[in-house]
Amino acid sequence: MNPVDLYMLAGIAITLIALYAALTRAHLFWKVLAINLMGTGIFLILLAAPSRRTPEIADPLPQAMVLTGIVVAVAATALALGIALRVIARSDLPFLPDGDEDDPDSPGSTGEASR
Amino acid sequence: MTPFELWSTVVIFGPLLASVVALSARPALLRAGLVLGSLSALVGSAGLWRAVILYGPGRHLLGGWGQPLGIELWIDGFGVAMLAVTALVGALTSLYANSYFGDLSELSVRESPAGRGARFFAPLWLLLWTALNGIYLSADLFNLYVTLEILGLSAAAIVTLAVSRQATVAGMRYLLVSLIGSLLYLLGVALLYVQYGTLSLEGLAAIGPSGPIPAIALAAMTVGMAAKTALFPFHAWLPPAHAGAPAPGSAILSALVVKGSFFILVRLWFSVYGGGSPEGLVLLGVLGSGAILWGSVLALRQVSLKRLIAYSTVAQLGYLFVMFPLLIPEPGLWNADAWTGGLLLAISHALAKAAMFLAAGNMSYAVAQDRLTAISGVAHRLPMSFFAFGVGGLSLAGLPPSAGFVGKWLLLRSAFETAHWIWIAVIAVGGLLTIAYVLKVLRYALDRDEAPEDFRPVPRRMEWAAALLALAAMALGVRALELVELLLVGGPFPW
Repeated sequence: MNPVDLYMLAGIAITLIALYAALTRAHLFWKVLAINLMGTGIFLILLAAPSRRTPEIADPLPQAMVLTGIVVAVAATALALGIALRVIARSDLPFLPDGDEDDPDSPGSTGEASR
Repeated sequence: MTPFELWSTVVIFGPLLASVVALSARPALLRAGLVLGSLSALVGSAGLWRAVILYGPGRHLLGGWGQPLGIELWIDGFGVAMLAVTALVGALTSLYANSYFGDLSELSVRESPAGRGARFFAPLWLLLWTALNGIYLSADLFNLYVTLEILGLSAAAIVTLAVSRQATVAGMRYLLVSLIGSLLYLLGVALLYVQYGTLSLEGLAAIGPSGPIPAIALAAMTVGMAAKTALFPFHAWLPPAHAGAPAPGSAILSALVVKGSFFILVRLWFSVYGGGSPEGLVLLGVLGSGAILWGSVLALRQVSLKRLIAYSTVAQLGYLFVMFPLLIPEPGLWNADAWTGGLLLAISHALAKAAMFLAAGNMSYAVAQDRLTAISGVAHRLPMSFFAFGVGGLSLAGLPPSAGFVGKWLLLRSAFETAHWIWIAVIAVGGLLTIAYVLKVLRYALDRDEAPEDFRPVPRRMEWAAALLALAAMALGVRALELVELLLVGGPFPW
């Protein structure tokens, strides 16, 4: 097995493990971290892609994509952590409540009145 | 400079510039940003509409750099139709937002919830608008990814502008679904790049992706986009998020944002994959049918006005997926009625749903809550909003002469032509359920003879914005031919 294939397989493995974690972990911090890791796995796949095709020449396109992807990931992580902190501040729990929180009698369900 | 280059620049960079202007906390600049964004989107999409009708599909190599290193824009009838409806809904919603967040010149308490909403709604919404326009003109997979992420981040942030705990939780869940959906899409992009070494939609369409890796890529991208479009059974995040956002935010999310990922699905399945697999198309149609029935039944059971409208979005999005199997009834054939009918439904839903959410916003603005029981009698005090809700609802249900009627009629005709009786039954039952839940709201609003006691006057502009959107949904049916002509420029297989 050559190293590039190893990168590719590792990328796929990281992506899938992180996807699993993002779906199953309940703690918001773990979810955000898992989503971050999932992006990293995909970046690894992208970086391994061109060298498989033309081993001698570097392909600038995936590198540009990964660079852009990192910027997007930083912004997304920052926003997700920001909202997660606000969830914790309002419900005292770092988890999302189970199912659809469809209780019309709970305070604040009238989005308009409390805007 | 060709008209394509000029107007595509205006339509993308206008709202982007406007969002930077609106980032300033000054009320005058907030308002200037909304005006600049609306004008550039309206003028730019009108210019592109004219150009596409005159010259057919066009392209714009940004800065003169073509693919693979530069970013290329692709302008065809489908994209321009979505740009145009986004501009119309966006401009009227901006007008509404200007009054909804209070008198912007009196933002004395910046840290108050209302002040936060007023300050950040305009820049976020203009950024969201930029992203949508970017999606509709993208010619490569990666540019679609970037615009999709900008769309998802700004949309989730808009939900959390409402301060209630439910809205914050809904915004968090929305953001997580949205991020996982985008990454599944990016995974598909990476796999396609591994296989073919190109990101160009046109280049991939010429290759005609087939084999196991492109199939896995399509599956990953479809699951990701279906989650973001809230296709049944991935719809659970939508009602709390759309109902929890501030009223103009709800209108934008329900009318426009979900159409962005729907647009990408249509591009992928038809323009790039040439129809994908027949089984896949039928599966999407079945999920769409599930959405129509399940979403409508849940809409009927809601006790809150905005949640009812949000579940209606789940149901109406289902129709857009019934289009998938009808568009290619047999391999090698495509049905123009299914294409124009399905997309007319997408466009008329945007207008009607924005009208309904804005009208609902007016009603709950007046009585300070959005329980259905609380709005009883509100029709007597807010006749124009009541009218907007009713006309929007009738358009959703597909009553003539609305755009919803023309769309549904074309979709039904394509199903008749190919003898797909099951889809016909689903479309018909969905229409009846739509009438039922619209009438439920109208009955509450008309309920009492006397108007509610505790009543806050609603600014005229907010009433006009909702009414004009509802009228547009009706009037579009009368002028549907022009839209059909536009949608056929390029069609589902532009390359």
